[in-house]
Amino acid sequence: MTQAIAYNVLQVLFVMLFAPLYAGVLSRLKEMVQSRRGPSIFQSYRDIWKLFHKDEVISAETTWIFRFTPYLVFITPIFVATLIPVLTDYPLAFAFMADMVGAGFYLAFAGFFSALAAVDTGNPYGPMGASRTRMVGFLAEPVFMIVFFTVSFVAQSTIPYIVQQKWVASAAAFFSPAHILLLIAFLMLILAEGGRIPVDNPTGHFELAMIDESKGLEYSGRGAALMKWGGQMKFLVLACIFLNVLLAPWGLAHGSYPAAVFAAIPQILLKVFLFALVLVAIETSLAKLRLFRISEFLGAAFITSVAAMVTSIFPGA
Amino acid sequence: MSGSVPQALNALCAGLILIAAFAMVATRQVQGVVRFFIVQSLLLTASCFLLGYSRGSMHLWALGAITISTKVIAIPWVLRRVLPGDYYERREISQVVNIPASLLIALLLAIAAEFLTGPLASVANDPVIRVNLPIGLAGVLIGAWSLIARREAIPQLIGILAMENGAFLAGVAIASELPLIAELAIAIDVILIAVVAGLLTRTIRQTLGTTQAAALGELKEEPVSWR
Repeated sequence: MTQAIAYNVLQVLFVMLFAPLYAGVLSRLKEMVQSRRGPSIFQSYRDIWKLFHKDEVISAETTWIFRFTPYLVFITPIFVATLIPVLTDYPLAFAFMADMVGAGFYLAFAGFFSALAAVDTGNPYGPMGASRTRMVGFLAEPVFMIVFFTVSFVAQSTIPYIVQQKWVASAAAFFSPAHILLLIAFLMLILAEGGRIPVDNPTGHFELAMIDESKGLEYSGRGAALMKWGGQMKFLVLACIFLNVLLAPWGLAHGSYPAAVFAAIPQILLKVFLFALVLVAIETSLAKLRLFRISEFLGAAFITSVAAMVTSIFPGA
Repeated sequence: MSGSVPQALNALCAGLILIAAFAMVATRQVQGVVRFFIVQSLLLTASCFLLGYSRGSMHLWALGAITISTKVIAIPWVLRRVLPGDYYERREISQVVNIPASLLIALLLAIAAEFLTGPLASVANDPVIRVNLPIGLAGVLIGAWSLIARREAIPQLIGILAMENGAFLAGVAIASELPLIAELAIAIDVILIAVVAGLLTRTIRQTLGTTQAAALGELKEEPVSWR
């Protein structure tokens, strides 16, 4: 039991430590593809360190929501990291606290509060970005739900540890049309939720075009560091859900020996690095969509996920 | 279970064929529609080869070869030759309904296809038929829908060819011993359709300056000079 808790803590530490590195690697790869040099892959750590050592300025007009939100944004990916398989392929101590719907709820909860905090500031760009994020959010919501329905229907469970065993049970299950359609729908969802390029430009500095970034404009010092770190952890957690639960649960530790669990860390890092290459290919080959085209992008994701559900429910699959 | 890996890969191809059918409905650019059609035909070829390998059927190998030579190489080349490049780069080709609504209708057609073929697929105790039959019928219906919804000549032609792709996907699963003469007839038929429709579109474009099929409904008062 203590061992399971220790591994769970290790999973959380993994997500906390490597999330800034992942963001750094992603931006560095993108710069390299665009034949620029770009900042070091460790720049995210330096940014967070610097922000933690700076003074925090909070507007006198804001309420407790503004002060509370960075902690919530920071803590929710940690909660989710205890629920999903990050390093091991067997359930750990807290795995049965909540299922995938619960994990989605945690992330949506943080999103809700960060939108509230953006409105709280009174800065004109904050509410604009918040309303745009909500627009992306409510269009992404049905896709999330259909993906969960399909997964729980196929696996007869919504616990991520049980779901991941289903896809690798046989080649027929792995290559079934339902699985492929589901993967594509969830990938589009990650791009939308993570604020990646066809939906939002994560490196943009133009306030009028911002979607996700403008929510954190008013934060400084520790609040900004927590928001930034929390956003990076959320993205790594989403990537882990995609890779470990839905796509390819290989490389996870089978045994309960510490050596096996530690050996899983480089394998998972290799996997998320390969995923980063795919993301960079997507981001450099596509242009950012116009705001009202986002509904078409997520509509396509919805169609794909419903097609996945249909092919898995009828005897065709 | 020696044939399970080709069958699994065939299921992968079938899933991607369905995606390509949706993508053809969702694409605005003429060029994009043609590209997704090429991708779909390549996947169909892969499916033919995989089933031909797992069933040991020469007919399916021949069918795959015919598909790749006509639909992947010949038809796109013919369409490229008869119409100038700027036609393909144009965006915002007009549709009867907007693209999200069109996609939703395509989705309903896919659900209907699953629903209709469900009893048939459950009777046939073959995993290949269970995968290919509903997706093939969905391909036929979605192709027919894009024939209705599109207003440009070339995407309409691609709609017909996509219907054919869907019928092939269902056909290779049901009948592995399709007579070769039928396959050849279909292949030549398809090429002729592409050539005739392409040349007709070219002539229409030269006389009227547009390729929108919707614009052809109006009668012209002055006599048209047919060159």
